[in-house]
Amino acid sequence: MTTSALSQKTTATSGGSPRAARRPLRAVRAIPKVLVVALILAITVVPLIWLLLGSLKTQTEWLNNPSWALPENLLNFANYEIAWVDGNIGRYILNSALATFPSLALIVILGVAAGFALEVLVWRGRNGVLLLFLAGIMVPGQMILLPLFSAYFQTNLTGTIWPLILTYTATGLPLTVFMMATYFRAVPKEIFEAAAIDGASIYRSFLSIAFPMVRNAVFTVALVQFFFIWNDLLISLTFTSVGDFQTIQVGLLNFTGQFGQVQYGPMFAAICINVVGILVLYLFLNQRVMRGLTAGSVKG
Amino acid sequence: MNNVFGNKRAVLVFVGPALLIYALIMLVPVIWSLGYTFFTGSVITGFEFAGLENFERLFTDPKVGEALLFTMKYAVILTIGQILVGYALALLYVFWLKKASSVVRTLVFFPIVLPTVAVALLFQKMFEIAPQNGLVNEALNLVGIASVDWFGTADTAFLVLVIMDIWRSMGFYAVLLYAGLLDIPEEIMESARLDGAGSLALIRRIILPLSLPVLLSSIIFSINGTLKVFDSVLALTNGGPGSSTTPLTLYMFRTAFNYGNYGYGSTIALLLTVICLLVTIFIFRSSRRDLTKN
Repeated sequence: MTTSALSQKTTATSGGSPRAARRPLRAVRAIPKVLVVALILAITVVPLIWLLLGSLKTQTEWLNNPSWALPENLLNFANYEIAWVDGNIGRYILNSALATFPSLALIVILGVAAGFALEVLVWRGRNGVLLLFLAGIMVPGQMILLPLFSAYFQTNLTGTIWPLILTYTATGLPLTVFMMATYFRAVPKEIFEAAAIDGASIYRSFLSIAFPMVRNAVFTVALVQFFFIWNDLLISLTFTSVGDFQTIQVGLLNFTGQFGQVQYGPMFAAICINVVGILVLYLFLNQRVMRGLTAGSVKG
Repeated sequence: MNNVFGNKRAVLVFVGPALLIYALIMLVPVIWSLGYTFFTGSVITGFEFAGLENFERLFTDPKVGEALLFTMKYAVILTIGQILVGYALALLYVFWLKKASSVVRTLVFFPIVLPTVAVALLFQKMFEIAPQNGLVNEALNLVGIASVDWFGTADTAFLVLVIMDIWRSMGFYAVLLYAGLLDIPEEIMESARLDGAGSLALIRRIILPLSLPVLLSSIIFSINGTLKVFDSVLALTNGGPGSSTTPLTLYMFRTAFNYGNYGYGSTIALLLTVICLLVTIFIFRSSRRDLTKN
């Protein structure tokens, strides 16, 4: 039995004869549990519901009704149209996708290969190289921002999508290499030895054995990096100040500025579009996301 | 066999591209940034050698002092808050809700994957006073308290920032610590209970010491993240009112891009990096001493 000490204590302190009190107490004892759970869920969910409802209200409703009032028309999607068309949200999302997916592909290909070389291949200096990658996890983005800005400026890359792709790839690599090396460490060496005896070259081993074996891990790592890159503000704000490649986060930050007076509905719709996209992804992949993000944090 | 696994060319093919990009875009800029600390100017205006001027300025600039203080205050308070709330939730998951906690865990975790900008804008509106009371002020009015101008004073703005970031991250830390709590062997808990340990004694003498390793790694992770706070401040308060909620990261960003001084910006970035390193080493050291003691 794993009855918790917490509940034992409640029985003891509730007084009376414990045996007689036990059965009705079971229901009574569930009340605080339900209340606490309801409170925790409310804290998480209420702001998000308010966001959704707010995106359905007109500007007049926003200014004349209290902010907790329900929208008068629950199917008023006009704000979404304004956000998408006038607010350029569609374009910003496209930009984010243009920066995120190529970076993700590069991170995965380069990171898995490097992890393979660092764990499966035998060569001098591999521990040093792994440490070198690890050191990158510690470096704050601010430390590389200014030289990169200069470099991109002088190579005329400023204003294109390349500064984003290159920087995201490089900043995503340390954690990816580290995580992939950890995964490859768990794969028995004998598998690759057997392949080698059967005449497989090391490239063949990588493509036909190693990569398929860690496919699942690769997906998790890519998912973690997706959130880092998609939600990034610092790098995108720095490198898209000129040009037409503002990502969704930069666009959202500047959203209020575009209209002068705050347009509540469109702004809430813009935030909502951003949130709902992530929510859908989370609905399907939440267990993997939770595993990946927590694994990415406990390192060293 | 060694021919296959010791193949030099294969090593180069596999690790070379990653190392090249990593070196060019992270390692070289770190060194380059160190070089910038001896210059003033920007890539647009051109650079000028300044010797140790930036460092002198760093130590005398009251704004750096203010930003440093804010960064520290934020990092300490938020780390304590995140770990405390996270730990409380984790204990709740493991010992109270048990199997039923899965849905709660998943839901409370969700805000951490949301874009910080989106969350910050939402909280800005939730705590708004003009032109329209936000949800929080409405709730205060309901219980007879007058509306508060949350972003009008440094302390209340800081409070909103802390509330928001704890709201975002508590589920994440709860899951992180939950995994650590699950590793505690049930037999130890059971025997302690049989010996008559109450729930508080159980937490203090068994659960807390045994979850110390995962607590420490969470603290390191939290402090490293909070020292680098940028998105939430920029999007929620934009450093205001005045510059009262400006952390080092934001001050560095302004110095470099609004005032075009890359040299001084790099010097502030260096200060930030050194602090992150020192704090991590310090916590790591003290944790190791603790572990050998046990």
